[in-house]
Amino acid sequence: MSFFKTLAEKPWLPQTAGADFELENPEPFRIPEKTALKFFLGIVSVIFFLFTVTFLSRTQYPDFQALAGEAWQPFTDATQLWINTAGLLLASISLHLAAIYSRKQNQSGVIVGLVAAMVFTLFFIFGQIAVWNQLNALGYFMTSNPANSYFYLFTAVHGLHLIGGLIALMKVVVPFISNRSFEAMTKGLDLCKTYWHFLFLVWILLFVLLTSSSETYNTIAVLCGF
Amino acid sequence: MSYVAIADQVEEESHHPTSFISKYVWSQDHKVIAIQYSVTAIFVGLVALVLSGLMRLQLGFPDSFSFIDPSAYYQFVTMHGMIMVIYLLTALFLGGFGNYLIPLMIGARDMVFPFLNMLSYWVYLLAVIVLMASFFVPGGPTGAGWTLYPPQAILEGTPGADWGIILMLASLAIFIVAFTMGGLNYVTTVLQARAKGMTLMRMPLSVWGIFVATILGLLAFPALLVSAIMMLLDKIIGTSFFMPAIISMGEQMGYSGGSPILFQHLFWFFGHPEVYIVALPAFGMVSDVIATHARKNIFGYRQMVWAIVAIGGLSFIVWAHHMYVSGMNPYFGFFFATTTLIIAIPTAIKVYNWVLTLWKGNIHLTAPMMFAIGFIFTFTHGGLTGLFLGNVVVDLPLSDTYFVVAHFHMVMGVSPIMVLFAAIYHWFPKVSGKHLNEGLSKAHFWVTFLGTYAVYLPMHYLGFLGVPRRYYATGDTDFIPASAQGLNASITVAAIIVGVAQLIFIYNVIHSLRKGKKAEPNPWGATTLEWQTADTPPQHGNWGANLPVVHRWAYDFSVPGAKHDFIPQNMAEQDVEKASPDASNNTDEDGENPQGAPA
Repeated sequence: MSFFKTLAEKPWLPQTAGADFELENPEPFRIPEKTALKFFLGIVSVIFFLFTVTFLSRTQYPDFQALAGEAWQPFTDATQLWINTAGLLLASISLHLAAIYSRKQNQSGVIVGLVAAMVFTLFFIFGQIAVWNQLNALGYFMTSNPANSYFYLFTAVHGLHLIGGLIALMKVVVPFISNRSFEAMTKGLDLCKTYWHFLFLVWILLFVLLTSSSETYNTIAVLCGF
Repeated sequence: MSYVAIADQVEEESHHPTSFISKYVWSQDHKVIAIQYSVTAIFVGLVALVLSGLMRLQLGFPDSFSFIDPSAYYQFVTMHGMIMVIYLLTALFLGGFGNYLIPLMIGARDMVFPFLNMLSYWVYLLAVIVLMASFFVPGGPTGAGWTLYPPQAILEGTPGADWGIILMLASLAIFIVAFTMGGLNYVTTVLQARAKGMTLMRMPLSVWGIFVATILGLLAFPALLVSAIMMLLDKIIGTSFFMPAIISMGEQMGYSGGSPILFQHLFWFFGHPEVYIVALPAFGMVSDVIATHARKNIFGYRQMVWAIVAIGGLSFIVWAHHMYVSGMNPYFGFFFATTTLIIAIPTAIKVYNWVLTLWKGNIHLTAPMMFAIGFIFTFTHGGLTGLFLGNVVVDLPLSDTYFVVAHFHMVMGVSPIMVLFAAIYHWFPKVSGKHLNEGLSKAHFWVTFLGTYAVYLPMHYLGFLGVPRRYYATGDTDFIPASAQGLNASITVAAIIVGVAQLIFIYNVIHSLRKGKKAEPNPWGATTLEWQTADTPPQHGNWGANLPVVHRWAYDFSVPGAKHDFIPQNMAEQDVEKASPDASNNTDEDGENPQGAPA
């Protein structure tokens, strides 16, 4: 691996290790925003991972009542969540297409893709809020059970990340209105699309996690050694 | 599309400052931001220093000061710990020195995201203001101890359980946002903006330390963020993430089923890497100071890098050694004791290498070098007591005694601060263009170095006696002899002397900034790039028209056959002046080194 090869270099020897080294490399991974985004996704992964670990450990306490599994539990029928998931998937795909059109300098394609991505993202966010309202109407308040607390917490943190993404997307789109630079647009959309795909993946994991039954949690907890 | 490396991009249009405001207030220049970070961090650090003085007054002379009641004492303890660890050390090492040194040492014009960098400072300042605000709210700041363990942190009876704890958690969350913005900048700059010829393995160890520490911070601070969010929800909304069913003040609370131990795991999953977030930059910077002032290449450069990387990795699997007495599964203790002892190996390698760098070096006992050597003492000392506490059976009787207080202050209080002073004395001529007063600097060293020993050495003994930490007053006990109080009083006197002695440093800095001797560009004869800038202090953009090109590693000191006892990193082989053949050894001839050449 190049990492270990790097660490094995002997920099004190003259004219050996990397004497001709230069960072002026036109490869795509030399775009600093890409490196920063990779680290950022790493940080966000750690945040969700830690929430998940605490969640799994909390499922093993006697007062925890899973939100699915029994007929009367709200997510035994998770139709609304499936609809939201479809919305987020479409947002992700639209953004991907917008990035492709931007690379081809197809302006109308970019606009359609962007509008669709924003509409579907907002659809997802409002869909999640609708789920919150349903839960509230059913008496599943944030404080009444840790499973509820975690559901609200996870969806809120995930939603805030999407809203942050929308703000970043605005920072890509607004300059384009005046400068019409497809180069900058493509660079920005590539980053946004990666972020959307990532948040879609996170949502899928959260979806599975939050709508599992007690037996599933118990099995995972045994496997993890809780 | 044609690609221009970040380091080569001309930045005139992006953020070349024109007015005073854009130059010194809303500045996007990494050097100005570094100074803003440093001044803010040192200011809150002084607040925390005063708090520790107040704590010591109570411990040394109980019942003599009416304004220090038990609540105030716990608030002082809590704020002292949190400010020192996070708002001073983390901010000063990474926000201050990280910001200043990374672009200069790797040959870049600035951080890759200057605007984000500026934002990072202002958000950090907001975190500091929110934290300081807690001194002025009803009930005062939180007194839960810097670890903020629930359930007691958010229940009535703990000082600041209403406003204080909320402001503390909010401030931490804001700090983490600030750190993330800065941290993304540091890692990306190191990876993407290095000058031509600057391979990773040619980077000075300072940059390696800051780089790996930043990665640790980016991965560890989320644990604190997660626990802060969940505890805030427990406090404000009444969820039961960490709160068990509990009766408080005779009243059944609405909480049920939560796990306080879970918070401890999360907290220390952040808290232990945090130790290395502070220590790794210190390790890196002290390596550069020692090599430069011993006129000798760092012993085992590769080992030093490997050790930094290994410590960084291992630091994530030792956290539960802070929790041996928490009631967790005893098998965990075995595992974490093992990993804790393993992490001692790369750390010991570093200590050996510093000592071996000094061995047969041409040691210049300048102020930075004295602090660096002082660090080797205090760090070894604190590290050895760490081996005691890392073993479960030894930790159990010593847990929650002054032995622990002595240990972590030696290893993570005094040692990083020794390096901070070494670094400030070392880089001050470059940052300000002025020399500090050498006599005052050395006086500052001796009072601080000997004074900290007078403070912390007796604490080990108090710990062996079993004197518990975190107690406002011990009163009469069977196991603590009366003489312990005499020892406590002497510790307090020493602590106040050390605290007041820091005024020497502050006076020295202010006086030297105004009337100090003008510094030449490279007064120590250092090899690294920041000393090779055209201007001292470096101008905006750092390098003038052309970026430096790196031809060698950072430690070409006393190279046989070379005329001078150092070769800068940006000097090509053909430009190196050779020593005249009749010279028996490579003397430095610029008159800066009265001690002469190495043996």
